[in-house]
Amino acid sequence: MQVLYFAWLRERIGEPKEEVETKAKTVAELVEELRAREPRYQAAFADMAAVRVAVDQELVEMSASIEGAREVAFFPPMTGG
Amino acid sequence: MAVSVQEADFDVAAEMAALTAGRADIGALVSFTGLVREVAGGNGGMVLEHYPGMTEKALAGIEAEAQKRWQLQACRIVHRYGALDPAAQIVLVVTAAKHRQSAFEAAEFIMDFLKSRAPFWKKEAGQGWVDAREADEEALSRWR
Repeated sequence: MQVLYFAWLRERIGEPKEEVETKAKTVAELVEELRAREPRYQAAFADMAAVRVAVDQELVEMSASIEGAREVAFFPPMTGG
Repeated sequence: MAVSVQEADFDVAAEMAALTAGRADIGALVSFTGLVREVAGGNGGMVLEHYPGMTEKALAGIEAEAQKRWQLQACRIVHRYGALDPAAQIVLVVTAAKHRQSAFEAAEFIMDFLKSRAPFWKKEAGQGWVDAREADEEALSRWR
């Protein structure tokens, strides 16, 4: 699936998106998997209270399923308007 | 669709005129324009990042909810992204209803949700990423 990063998460990861092969069933499991990979993921996901997630462009909780998802996006709380 | 996400500036008067053109069933037209405010210590201006695809969906969802709650006659949302200078227009919300109360309330509702439920992130020049405000989150509670 495609994993996207925005704002300071994108800056900490160092790229806007990547293709990720995963067996994770939920967002939270995916985050754990990514964290175990490299320090830059640990830096991006250090404070999960400051991270929001969308699965296939819908805002969801970290406990949400990612089975069959095409796109998972991580970003900070939104500041539109 | 009455939602636009664009880099280009918008013309408030033209957008309002387009909404009411050829119609006589609208009694109240409310518009809100958000501008880039200069912050102390900033270098001026900001960059607005967004999530192409999800942004349009989120705005359309907010608009649909407002249409349903207030039976609006028409509605228009324009939100810019990219590099924006101080005093530049960022966002436009126009609501049209039979009576003013619906138009006022719907415009407030749309702005409240757009602040913290549409995937935009502001980065101020020389200041870094703008933190989400607690007050913006609290503003949503009155619509529940």
